[in-house]
Amino acid sequence: MKNKHIFEIAWALLMSRSKQTLVAAIGVTFSVAFFISLLGFMEGINKLLDGFFLNRTPHIRLFNDVKPSANQPIDMDSTYSGYHNFLSSIKPAQARKEIYNVESIIKKLNSDNRVYGVASKVTAQAFYNLGNIELNGIINGIDVIQEAKLFNFSDYVFEGNFVDLNNKQNSIILGQGVADKILAKKNDLIQITTINGEQFSLKVIGFFQSGNAEIDKVQSYVSLGTCQKLLGKPSSYINDIQIKLNDMSLAPAIAKEYEQLFKIDAEDMQTTNAQFETGSSARTIISYAVGIVLLIVAGFGIYNILNMMIYEKMDTIAILKATGFSNADVKKIFVTISLSIGLGGALAGALVGLFFSGIIDLIPFNSRAAPRIDTYPVDYGIQYYSIAVSFAVITTYFAGWFPARKASSVDPVEIIRGK
Amino acid sequence: MKNEIALEAKSIFKSFYDPVKYDVLKDISFTINRGEFVSITGKSGCGKSTLLYVLSTLDTDYSGELLIDNQSVTNKLENELASVRNEKIGFVFQFHYLLNEFSVLRNVMLPGFKSNRFSEEELEHNAFELLKKLGIEKLAKKMAHKISGGEKQRVAIARAMINNPLILMCDEPTGNLDNKNTEIVFEIFKDLINSFDKSILVVTHDQKFADQTQRTIIMEDGRIIASSGIIY
Ligand SMILES: Nc1ncnc2c1ncn2[C@@H]1O[C@H](COP(=O)(O)OP(=O)(O)OP(=O)(O)O)[C@@H](O)[C@H]1O
Ligand SMILES: [Mg+2]
Repeated sequence: MKNKHIFEIAWALLMSRSKQTLVAAIGVTFSVAFFISLLGFMEGINKLLDGFFLNRTPHIRLFNDVKPSANQPIDMDSTYSGYHNFLSSIKPAQARKEIYNVESIIKKLNSDNRVYGVASKVTAQAFYNLGNIELNGIINGIDVIQEAKLFNFSDYVFEGNFVDLNNKQNSIILGQGVADKILAKKNDLIQITTINGEQFSLKVIGFFQSGNAEIDKVQSYVSLGTCQKLLGKPSSYINDIQIKLNDMSLAPAIAKEYEQLFKIDAEDMQTTNAQFETGSSARTIISYAVGIVLLIVAGFGIYNILNMMIYEKMDTIAILKATGFSNADVKKIFVTISLSIGLGGALAGALVGLFFSGIIDLIPFNSRAAPRIDTYPVDYGIQYYSIAVSFAVITTYFAGWFPARKASSVDPVEIIRGK
Repeated sequence: MKNEIALEAKSIFKSFYDPVKYDVLKDISFTINRGEFVSITGKSGCGKSTLLYVLSTLDTDYSGELLIDNQSVTNKLENELASVRNEKIGFVFQFHYLLNEFSVLRNVMLPGFKSNRFSEEELEHNAFELLKKLGIEKLAKKMAHKISGGEKQRVAIARAMINNPLILMCDEPTGNLDNKNTEIVFEIFKDLINSFDKSILVVTHDQKFADQTQRTIIMEDGRIIASSGIIY
């Protein structure tokens, strides 16, 4: 028995029920199309949100944490060395937020080929002055060029050029929320008071929007030098080293290593942001579940039409068997029918899915959180297409398998005797 | 050639159990030689069709033994029986059972698809030759549901012949036909015997038809009660 003839018979049966076949195929088409566009859209959103976060987050942070010393005096006393000493309410000694030997650390980091880049940072507490009112604020002194390179700083700055932080003396980029509160416009001079009580005036050269309004309400950016000046510290004063790695997944291990090496606190991204992955994977699972349910529903459509077809084509099945087609041949014919509906529907669905994705991609999406994006994000990954098509084919195979088995067990004697 | 056995039934019994045990075939034994034209007659309900289904290997629920072309087909597997039917047996039923979705020509070719003995071109050629022999070659390209009842039955005969079977089995092949078409079908059968050396087994109610066959087997109540022959 040649496959060609199996196809020919399957096709003839399909055509004899062309309308129902079309409806069943359209069921598959739409399931696949929805599956693809839904997942593409979800993944687009996921990547966008992840991007917000990943682009801005150092993989490892080096800093001096404020905490009590691990070596308390009693531990050093040889009299009590054999004892287990209980100490309560220990307070840290005066905290030095400064990192020692910044230069040599940065040198070491830059020569480590697992490290993509390093940006140092100084943070200062300050108040924004608005007449008599003082607003709480945090001023970040940043290594402007590195910050732009590693953390896409420029994406979040508008109405101004971030490089001007370096070029113009005493310049500041205000958080959008801060600017709104103190009514600052570009090129205004604003007053700030440091926690030491000193007043400075800084020139506004742009605004910053991180996508998180709470952050934008307190944070502002200045150059490293400006920030050091605010704090009255020398230019070697750094209290945060931000590291971006080539391979983000190594962060926890490398953080531990640096902690040992530099005798400093190191924090990796995975530990501090454990909740971050959960959201993405929940969205992905939900999309897959919806898509698969759609495909299973489409599978029932095919199951239905094949059952109908078998009742209608009892005569055909009987004569095929009487003239020498085996049960296996009959089964093949009906599975072929089912797979044709499935494959045809699925391939059409892939095209329609691409079309839907294209439409979603055109819908305007203006988020203050994502200044660079003006339509909904869509991921066109080939994997969604192949998953949808293969799952559709598998579903239709099973949807066809049971009716096909039924067809193959039709007793031709019963049919022929009935006439 | 004439005395080679095409089909042999050895003491075949069959019973139905629904609703009560009912012995429909009782100790049926006979042979059909190559090139022999045999008819089976008997009252309605005496078990003629049931016997034909057993002889054609469609019904395997019997006891006794059945040999086709000197090979036992009793206890063969389903797909082996399918091959036997495909290669050695041609079928004509009272109802034509043509596939409406196919043209007349493809309907005739259908059993040939399974056997794979000929290429598509050869098969098509053979099918066309058969249609010509039956005088309906003009219908070759027509769809099967667009031809008359008598024509359909002739197409069914052509289909039964396509794999060049050993024996043709027919259940009331003329039951739905008028006298003229019955005449045509009978002439076709006679011609098949004479020019192709086929064996033909026909179940019929038509006494005139039966009288013209070489041998008539008469059944009553599940048994063969007489087997008479005429020679022409
Ligand atoms: N599936 C079945 N279950 C029970 N009894 C059956 C079944 N099929 C047929 N019979 C009975 O078996 C007997 C023989 O039936 P069969 O069809 O062989 O008769 P027949 O000789 O061909 O009759 P006719 O000339 O009317 O076609 C009948 O009495 C019928 O009622
Ligand atoms: Mg009958």
